[in-house]
Amino acid sequence: MKAFILDVFEAAKIAGRALRSNKIRSFLATLGIVIGVMTVVLMITIIAGLNMSFQRQLAAIGSGTLYVDRYPWIFDDDFFSYRNRPRISMKEYLAISRYCTKAKAVTPYSDTMRPVGFKSEVLSGVYIVGTTDAYLETSDVMPEVGRFISATDANANRDVVVIGTTVAEKLFKERNPIGQMVRISGHEFRVIGVLEKQGTMFGQSLDSQAIIPLGSLMKYFGRHRDVTIIVKAADPKQLDELKDELTGVLRRVRKLGPADKDNFAINEQGQLMSMYTQLTSGVYSAGIIIGGISLLVGGIGIMNIMLVSVTERTQEIGIRKALGAKKSQIMRQFLIESALICLIGGTIGVGLAWGGGKIINQWLPAVMPISVAIASTMFAALVGIFFGIFPAAKAARLDPIVALRKE
Amino acid sequence: MGRKMAEDGILIKFVNVEKTYQIGEIEVPALRAINLIIHKGEYVAIMGPSGSGKSTMMNLIGCLDTVSTGEYWLAGENVSELTDNELAHIRNRRIGFVFQTFNLLPRANAFRNVELPLIYAGVGPGIRKERAIEALKNVGLGDRINHKPAELSGGQRQRVAIARALINNPSLILADEPTGNLDSATGEEILQIFDKLHSAGNTMVVVTHEESVAGRAARVIRLFDGQVVSDTYNHVHAQTTME
Repeated sequence: MKAFILDVFEAAKIAGRALRSNKIRSFLATLGIVIGVMTVVLMITIIAGLNMSFQRQLAAIGSGTLYVDRYPWIFDDDFFSYRNRPRISMKEYLAISRYCTKAKAVTPYSDTMRPVGFKSEVLSGVYIVGTTDAYLETSDVMPEVGRFISATDANANRDVVVIGTTVAEKLFKERNPIGQMVRISGHEFRVIGVLEKQGTMFGQSLDSQAIIPLGSLMKYFGRHRDVTIIVKAADPKQLDELKDELTGVLRRVRKLGPADKDNFAINEQGQLMSMYTQLTSGVYSAGIIIGGISLLVGGIGIMNIMLVSVTERTQEIGIRKALGAKKSQIMRQFLIESALICLIGGTIGVGLAWGGGKIINQWLPAVMPISVAIASTMFAALVGIFFGIFPAAKAARLDPIVALRKE
Repeated sequence: MGRKMAEDGILIKFVNVEKTYQIGEIEVPALRAINLIIHKGEYVAIMGPSGSGKSTMMNLIGCLDTVSTGEYWLAGENVSELTDNELAHIRNRRIGFVFQTFNLLPRANAFRNVELPLIYAGVGPGIRKERAIEALKNVGLGDRINHKPAELSGGQRQRVAIARALINNPSLILADEPTGNLDSATGEEILQIFDKLHSAGNTMVVVTHEESVAGRAARVIRLFDGQVVSDTYNHVHAQTTME
């Protein structure tokens, strides 16, 4: 074993010297490997980054929460089968809050986009969210200053508003917004609180929103609108039971017969996750295929260059054999040489992917997992060994007499 | 007959050795019924015109090739029965080659060339370095250790090759036209080294077609058409300047 390690070590040194004396050729030979490894690693880097940020955003939706909607988030049938569904209204909300036993909190939710103004300042495209005090419990929001909508506000349809940080900064700058009157599409609302900074979800700023009682939203901006009922489970592990209960309540309230299909949808975070996984697995496999093809082409390039190298170094091989090198030692020398070329190529590829990831990270989240970096360099070396077998065997088989005669 | 044969003083023994090459359909005999004994410490020249079989002879003695029929014994071992790996081992331990074209690795410096047989003998780097430098000093190249072959003269290159041949303390130094690529003065230097090696007790076999080279040996074996046609001993041994 010790002799073997020594052998490998010597072969590696010999291979290293051979590569150093042929730097440009070795680099060109490994270019395919560089590109292959870079593609795969960069792809994985981007997807890993997206995964992380997606999961973080998804956490905001909450895994223990169900959303009762008119339509499912992801259509698994064509639209015509959904379009005759009745709207979700306050009737369904009241039924759920009355009869649902497995819910910890229930809140109706509806939104619209309106301009919000304060004195001469106007901020357009603000999400106006209509909901109740229970929204505090079903969703991940917290007022940083002031208070949230209270049950009384909600029941009495008071004209009060809790604004997001972007709205507060744009309209009030340094001033304290609490107690000030803002205009939402011309209707006056009193600011009672400012939300904590939340960042973005799926590219939308969560801080450019204003929360008002749902009754006020309907009063000013239209009564006939779709409502989403947000239901938080008492026990997140019993989500399926909650779903069954909700289905029962909704079917009863809508008076559906046993043969009728559900004419509502119960959405949850898991749906988004599975859609996302489907989407990225497509990108993943494309990346793996592109990378695999480059590695294959790169490997063939390595084989080619190694064959040239064996032919060029016939005399060297003859000398080594005459001086006592065994077949296996010659074989090892050339295998290690091609593995080394690919290892270097793989390392360069990982380096480039790392740099690329840094650049891309300015637009898209990109995180290179260390394990992927190591695994792909190792894999590159394996490619080198695999495609080096044929040339190395050719070198090992050379007859020393013939090899020595060649000048 | 066993693989080992203890016969005191005998280094090389050919018993009815034949070597034929297959060229297409035709069998070409290169050596025919060779019987030969070379003792330890001898200085033998093998001579003959081209096509006489002396290259074949040299390849067989050097364990680079195997006999077609008959037996070749080297240092008490029947080489004709050995596998490729065992032949490699024998070449490494028993034989020091000196070639007409030097056969140095062009990209490796003198030191790297000389240590090569030790690498294949499994000797560690520390001892290798020590012995390679020592061997280079012995052939007068102590100041050329880091020079590559292209930076050395022909004579210096051949001396590197000699250092390499000696590094593993072989039983036999086998030279193939060692002065063929050198001018006469440099060739003379090399032959003087050979003389010294012989006096130090090494067994020397030199394949050559030059009478002046063969004249340095104590014994001259002449081949013609694959057969030994004469096997004589030089009694006058100090005729270094014939011309």
